[in-house]
Amino acid sequence: MNRFVLPLAVFVLMAGLLGYGLRLDPKKVPSPLIDKPAPAFSLAMLDDPSRQLSTADMSGQVWVLNVWASWCVSCRAEHEIISLLANKNLVTVVGLNYKDEPADAARWLKQFGNPYATSVIDRDGRVGIDWGVYGVPETFVIGADGMIKYKHIGPVTHESLEQKIMPILKELLS
Amino acid sequence: MRRLLLLVLFVFSVPQLQAAIEAYEFESVQMEADYNKLIDELRCLVCQNQNLSASDADLARDLRRETYQMLQEGKSPQQVVEFMVERYGDFVLYRPQFKSTTYLLWLGPFLLLLSVLYLLIRRLRAANKPVEVDADAMAEAKHLLEDKESGK
Repeated sequence: MNRFVLPLAVFVLMAGLLGYGLRLDPKKVPSPLIDKPAPAFSLAMLDDPSRQLSTADMSGQVWVLNVWASWCVSCRAEHEIISLLANKNLVTVVGLNYKDEPADAARWLKQFGNPYATSVIDRDGRVGIDWGVYGVPETFVIGADGMIKYKHIGPVTHESLEQKIMPILKELLS
Repeated sequence: MRRLLLLVLFVFSVPQLQAAIEAYEFESVQMEADYNKLIDELRCLVCQNQNLSASDADLARDLRRETYQMLQEGKSPQQVVEFMVERYGDFVLYRPQFKSTTYLLWLGPFLLLLSVLYLLIRRLRAANKPVEVDADAMAEAKHLLEDKESGK
């Protein structure tokens, strides 16, 4: 009897660990930027390239940065959700137009509707690297203190908006 | 069968295909070596089982350019690694740093080896030990056996 206890314990431990591993999404790499200051940028606005928007302009308020591109298929999927969030008028939603042709981006916004207060152009993806962007779309929540509070990788869904992003926004705004 | 074996050997002996096609010019051999070492050891986050040198993803190309530029600016390979880790986390490293959260990762295999060795030695010792039997029990067993033989 006793000789079965150890192998059984090892088996249960392994099965537990492997089962846990199966439930993880390897595409979701935790960002080291959480609770770190949002990387500064100053970029031309998509609707008026002669004007710039910088992270300093956003200081003192809670805001959301949504990384998108016209070539990104899942950005279309989350477009509805991002619009929903923007229409709540809780926070400013800024778009980071990542590695895109400005003309294509403008057409995309015209076609689907523009949920963003403003979108800025990151044509060569340099700002994307600073923000640790590796898969568009990505969505960041930045607090009034200029710290990144949350990062969502991949398209935002109804569930992730209600269960993750909204509670964080409500806490930051209260 | 032998052909198949040769084919398998051949396929696995082909060095990793390199996707890095950019023709960067380096000021020194050392810098070129640093660059090649860095892009071999940094992971591409888009296609996660490839390093920067093997990946043809857009991001990998950008990160190769970033690596090259940083080296050109006179940054050390260590600074390039820190730059990447600050943005993408430890996951970008194919060779994780030795620190408190990775002690188990680095030392775990040795711990496992040591514990198996310990169990093995204990088992071997137990097997070599002569069996000790209580003298009273031995006498009783003998008595019972003799009884049985003489009884019937």
